[in-house]
Amino acid sequence: MRRLTQSPLLREILRPFGQVFVFVGISAVTISSSLISLAFLMRNSYANEVLFGKTGQNLPTYVITNLPQVLIDGITVGFVYAAIALGYSMVYGVLEFINFAHSEIFAIGAFVGVELLILIDNLGILAGASIPESYLFLFLAILAGMALAGAAAMSVERIAYRPLRGAPRLVPLISAIGVSFFLADAIRLTESVTTGQFYRVFPTFGNFDELIELARMNVFGIPFNLVIQVKSIVVIVAALLMMVGLSTFVNASRTGKAIRAVAQDRPTASLMGIDVNRIIAITFLVGGALGGAAGVLFALKFTRIDPFVGFFPGLKAFTAAVLGGIGNLVGALLGGIVLGMLETAAGAYLSAFTAGAFGAEYKDIFAFAILILVLIVRPSGLLGEQVGQKA
Amino acid sequence: MLHGTAPPKEEVQKGERRLTQRWRQAKAWLGQGRRPHLFSILSVAAGSLLVFLGPRSLVAFWLFLAAAYISYTLPTGRKFKAVLFAIVLLVIMPILGLRNIFYLELAFQISVFAALALGLNIVVGFAGLLDLGYVAFYAVGAYLWGFFGSQQPFLLHAIPGTAPPNTPFFLPPGAFYPFLIFGIAAAALTGLLLGTPVLRLRGDYLAIVTLGFGEVIRVLANNLDKPLNLTNGPQGITPIQRPVIPAELQAGLNALLAPIVGHAISIAEFYNLFFYLLTLGVIGFIIVVTRRLDDSRTGRAWSALRDDELAAVSMGVPKTRLKLAAFAAGASFAGIMGVIMAANRTFVSPESFSFMQSIGVLSMVILGGIGSIPGVIVGAAVVLILTLQVLPGISLVLGSMRGFNPVFDPTKYQRMIFGLILVVMMIYRPAGLIPAARRKRELARGEIDEVGNDPEAEA
Repeated sequence: MRRLTQSPLLREILRPFGQVFVFVGISAVTISSSLISLAFLMRNSYANEVLFGKTGQNLPTYVITNLPQVLIDGITVGFVYAAIALGYSMVYGVLEFINFAHSEIFAIGAFVGVELLILIDNLGILAGASIPESYLFLFLAILAGMALAGAAAMSVERIAYRPLRGAPRLVPLISAIGVSFFLADAIRLTESVTTGQFYRVFPTFGNFDELIELARMNVFGIPFNLVIQVKSIVVIVAALLMMVGLSTFVNASRTGKAIRAVAQDRPTASLMGIDVNRIIAITFLVGGALGGAAGVLFALKFTRIDPFVGFFPGLKAFTAAVLGGIGNLVGALLGGIVLGMLETAAGAYLSAFTAGAFGAEYKDIFAFAILILVLIVRPSGLLGEQVGQKA
Repeated sequence: MLHGTAPPKEEVQKGERRLTQRWRQAKAWLGQGRRPHLFSILSVAAGSLLVFLGPRSLVAFWLFLAAAYISYTLPTGRKFKAVLFAIVLLVIMPILGLRNIFYLELAFQISVFAALALGLNIVVGFAGLLDLGYVAFYAVGAYLWGFFGSQQPFLLHAIPGTAPPNTPFFLPPGAFYPFLIFGIAAAALTGLLLGTPVLRLRGDYLAIVTLGFGEVIRVLANNLDKPLNLTNGPQGITPIQRPVIPAELQAGLNALLAPIVGHAISIAEFYNLFFYLLTLGVIGFIIVVTRRLDDSRTGRAWSALRDDELAAVSMGVPKTRLKLAAFAAGASFAGIMGVIMAANRTFVSPESFSFMQSIGVLSMVILGGIGSIPGVIVGAAVVLILTLQVLPGISLVLGSMRGFNPVFDPTKYQRMIFGLILVVMMIYRPAGLIPAARRKRELARGEIDEVGNDPEAEA
C-alpha cells in the first residue's frame, strides 16, 4: 500500500479526487451556512413577509428546503465552468496571455458534438439506442468535439498568436479578441449555409433526461425530494475524468514536464532542448480539446446551443480561473466549483432575499462582482501564489 | 508569406522601379508652385459636382472620397487644407447630404463613432489601458438624456408598455443643451467610479473587468424596469425629445437652400442637418482637446506609464491619478455622444450597447492607428462606410443575382469583419493605417527584443 501511494502516476490520479471532495465540501458548507444565517437574520424583514405571502414559507424554511437542490445544480454548473477554465488556465500558465478565443473553441466543440449526434439521429439509430449504445454515442460525440476543438485551437495559435509572440502585451490579446469574434460568426455562417438555422438542439436519446431520486426528506414538516438528472451525473463524472487525465498528463508525463518547464521559464526551457513552439502548440491542443469536451457536456446539460453560446460560459470560466488563481490547474477546479455554486445560489435566492425586486437575471452581474472583488482583494486568486508581478 | 507563384524577383523589381519613378515624377510635377492648390480645388470641386449630379451613384461618392484624400496628401500647407476642409464639411457636405440624405446620416454616424474612437484612443492609445466595455459610458450618456428627456420620470411606477397616453414630458426640449454638459460629467463620473477599484489591475485583467462592467451596464439597462421603472427594460425608452429648430430659421434656410438642393427641405432633413452640424462642432472640439492632451505634460506622462509603468512611477509620475484621468477623459467623449445619439434617434434600448459595439469602436482605433488622431478618425470612417454602404451594396448585388439563395448576407456578419480587422491589423500592421509616431517606435523596439524573452513583461 505504501509503495502504491508513492507511485507518482497513481498519486496524480488519486489526488484530484481528494481535492474535488474537499473543495465541494468546503464551499458547500460555507455557502449553506452563510445563506442560512442570513435567512435567520432576515426572518422578520419585509422580504420574509413577501415570501410568506407568495409561498406560505418563512425565509429560513424556504432556504433550507431548497438548499440541497441548489447545491447539486451548482456543483453541476461548477464542473462545466471548471472544465472550460482549465483551458484558460493552461494557456495562461504557459504564455501569460488570456486566450480570448477559448469560448469559441468551446462553441466549436459543442457544435461538432451536436452535429455528429444529429447525423447519427438522422440515420435512425439514435432514437432506439439501448443504454450502453447511447453512452457510446455520447462518448463518440465528446471525442469528435475534442478532436476538432483541439485542432481549431492549434490552428488559431499557429495563425493568430505565434506571429505575435514577443510583441507588446496588448497585441496578442487584441488579436485573440478578433479571433473570438471571427470564429463566432464563422460558426454562424457555416450553420446558416448548411442547415439554414442559427441554433441546434441536442437530440433526445438514452436515459440522460431521467431523474434519480437521491433522498426523500421531511424538513419542518414539509416533504421534499432531492433529485438529480442523469445528465448532471454524466457531466460531473466526465469533468472529473478530464481533470484526472489532465492532472496525470501535466504532472506525470514527459510532455507535461516540458509544459511546466516552458511555463516556468521559456528561454531556459529552450536551452535545455525543449522545442518551445511544439510545447505551446500541444498546450493549445490539450486546452482546446478540454474546451471542446466541455462544449459537448454543456450542450448535453442545457440542450440548446447557438454560435454565441460560448461567450457567457467563457467569461464565467475565466472568472473561475482568476478566482482560483489563474495558471493554477487546481485553482481552476476550485474556482469553477465555487463560482458555479455561488451563481446558482444567487439565481435561486436573490428574488427571495430582495422581496422580488431583483431576480435571477442579476446572477451574471453577481459573477462579475465576484470577479472584481477577487481581483481587488486577492489579485492572485484563492490558490495563487502571493508573488508580485512577474518582472 | 512567400508563395511559389511569384514572378522572378528582378522583373518585379524593375517594373516596380519604373512605376515608382513615374509616380515620383508625377508627384514632383504636381508639387511645384501653386499647382497642388489648384489641383486640390479642382479635384474636390469635380468630386462634389459628380455627387451633386448623381446623388445615388456609388462611383461618384467614391471619387469624391478619393478627391478628398488626394487633397489631404498634397503638399499645400496647413492653412489651405484647413480652409478647404472647412468648406467641404460646412458648405459642400450639407448640400450633397440634402440631395441624398444617406450621406448626411453617414457623416453623422462617422462623427459620432469618431468621437467614441477618439475617447477610446485616449484610454487605449495614450494610456495603454485596454477597455473592452467602452460603450458603457456611451450608454450612460444616452440613458441620461433618455430618462430626463422623455416622459420616463413620470412613469417610475408604470409597467413597461402601459404608459398613459397623455403623459407630459419631464423637461422642455431646450434642456438638451445643458444635458450635453451633464452627459460629459455623468460619464466621466462613471469612469472614475469604475476606475477607482480596478486601475490597480494589470493590463489583461483590466480588459476582462471592463468587459464585465460593460455587460453589467447592459444587464442593468435591461432589467431596471423594476422595482422602479428607470430604463423601461428591453423595450427601451421612446419618445425622447429633440431640441426645437425655430420655424423662422427653417423658413429662411429653406428659401436659401431649396433652389440649390432642388426640393423643399422637410423637417426630418432639417434634423439630420442639425445633428450633423452639432456633432461636427463637438468633434472639432474633441479633436482640439485630444491634440492638446497628447502634447501636454499629462499626455507625456500617459505614454511614459504605458511604455514602462515601473520606470514612470519611480520618476514621480502619479500613476493612479493619471490613469483615472485617462478613464474619465475617454468616458466623457462617449457621454456627450450618447446624449446626442439619444436625441437623434429619439430612442434608446439596451441592444445598442452590446459588447459588439465596444469591439466595433476598438477595431476603428486599431484599424486607423492606435494613438494617432487622424488615424482614429479615418478608422471610424472606413469601418462605417464598410458596414453602412459597402456591405449592404454587396448583399444587394448578391440578393439580385438569379438562382442564388441569399443565405449569406454580408451585412449580418459584422463580427467577422471586426474580428478580421483586429487579427489582420495586429499581424501585418499593428501600428494602423496612419501610425502615430510614438507607437511606431514602440513596435520597432518590440521587434528587436524578440530575441530575448519578454519585452512585454513590464506591462
